[in-house]
Amino acid sequence: MMKYCYTPRAAIYIAALVVLLFLPQLLSPYHLMLMESGLSLAIMALGLNLLLRYTGVLSFGHGAYFAAGAYAVGLLYMYLPDKFTFENAILAAILASAALSALFGFVCVRHTRIFFSILTLALSMLLFAVLEKAYHYTGGSDGIRVPIPLFFGYEFEGMRRFQFLIGPYYYVVVGIFAAATVTMLAIVNSPFGKALQGTRDNELRAEMIGIRVKRYRWYAFVISGTFCGLSGGVWSFVNGHITPEISNWVFSGEIVYMVLLGGFMIFEGPIIGALLFTYLRLYAVAITEYWMLILGATLIFLVLVLPGGVMGGLHSLFSRLKLKRVS
Amino acid sequence: MLQVTQLSKSFGQFMVLYNVNFAVKENEVVALLGPNGAGKTTMVNLISGHLRPDSGKIMLSGKDITGAPPHVRIALGIARNFQITQLFEELTVLDNVRNCIFSVEGRSGRFFKPASSYERVTAEALDILETFNLADFAGEMAEGLSEGDKKILDTAMAFALKANFLLLDEPTSGVATADKFKVMDTIITAIQERGTATLIIEHDMDIVAEYTHRVMVLSEGHILADGASAEVMADKQVKETLFGVSD
Repeated sequence: MMKYCYTPRAAIYIAALVVLLFLPQLLSPYHLMLMESGLSLAIMALGLNLLLRYTGVLSFGHGAYFAAGAYAVGLLYMYLPDKFTFENAILAAILASAALSALFGFVCVRHTRIFFSILTLALSMLLFAVLEKAYHYTGGSDGIRVPIPLFFGYEFEGMRRFQFLIGPYYYVVVGIFAAATVTMLAIVNSPFGKALQGTRDNELRAEMIGIRVKRYRWYAFVISGTFCGLSGGVWSFVNGHITPEISNWVFSGEIVYMVLLGGFMIFEGPIIGALLFTYLRLYAVAITEYWMLILGATLIFLVLVLPGGVMGGLHSLFSRLKLKRVS
Repeated sequence: MLQVTQLSKSFGQFMVLYNVNFAVKENEVVALLGPNGAGKTTMVNLISGHLRPDSGKIMLSGKDITGAPPHVRIALGIARNFQITQLFEELTVLDNVRNCIFSVEGRSGRFFKPASSYERVTAEALDILETFNLADFAGEMAEGLSEGDKKILDTAMAFALKANFLLLDEPTSGVATADKFKVMDTIITAIQERGTATLIIEHDMDIVAEYTHRVMVLSEGHILADGASAEVMADKQVKETLFGVSD
């Protein structure tokens, strides 16, 4: 096992983690909160990419599982306020999103390509309709407020929301993000991950070496959905408030956008994409009220000029430089 | 070992196989010949579970597998290659073979530990690649192989499933003529070492004569002749069917 700890990738990861842990000293509180939001969204982007890159299917409805996680936190506060602790909330987020993705995924994995994408989109809109219309149960379009929770019995008494977010909660987010990244990396390199990539490359062959294609695709869907739910749970505390918009297909499209922006062919691409997206959207909103136009234009630019995303572009640039040095 | 009784399959109006009966004994290497469209690949698809027959029965070592899904058949020891290569193109050559071993050993569902850390499985996969002269390409993507090597990898993957009944659909088509006998030598040696019963579809008569003891000729959905290679090949009707000439 030890030899896996000395790869260049491991060194970069450790360096990145150190940088993340020192960011509170380097960034303004405002930018630190943005980073926190970006890191929690990165968990979701990693989840989506398990399906897109490693299973070969594109979900346009992953907002549903993000919403399942976030609403599990919100509803826990609404209905069981005395059980509202951070650990219970995250557990609820994981369980709710796993259950929902198991149910929706069971339907979706029967198909691939455009049929899969449309099914995921349609099912997510079903959840959106419920969250928005069932006002008495979910708060409807007003959403639910998410306050600071207890942490394993510890109460942040008298601490303001803002201090909580730039203080202790930042390290919690970094910890969960790091654990999620390492877990996902392990999954894609495991025999299961390789079997998934087999089903992506050649469904017929996968079946004929004994892999149960639909079942494996379903497992991948549930893992992917659960990552989204965890992400939604973590993010709900950062945002402090949740609304049904996160289950809308527009938000699901933004998740796809993040993954494409960072580059879906490289494992770390979605992480970079989620962070970039968070800042990009903010600056676009600050510059113009037509911010959607800027995001749309960057998407067109990406698809035409940088189909591998930012990380894919960097990767090919580095390999070209290396070639030049050799010749 | 394998027993096929009254097997029929049609696609719409078109009857591909009609009441086919045959059996393959342990350690036997049987060639399946026939003109294009005779139903040879359909036969492989039926036995491997890719297609279901309209009627009839397929038994493996006394077990009825007629309606069994592919993963059950593979667990029972049936493996196949593909006439038109079917690889995991964006995985390495090593991972293509390793995926087969993980699957047949029921380990494909394992999370967390990297595939490369399973040392015994990796050694076994490298061994198979060595046997098929592909070891030099172990770390390369399957899509980068030459057409001939892709075909050999396709067959190597079938071997990795540790079958006791092997279906080989034209294992040397697409392989350079100079290499054909070398590849067949490799395949036959491996089959004999393990005592694997094998059904080979092959068009090359030299290969059939050299490597198989028994020949079955399939024509228009039924078995025209079945017997020792030399006898069957001397049959007048067989010559007409296969070569369009009577002598």
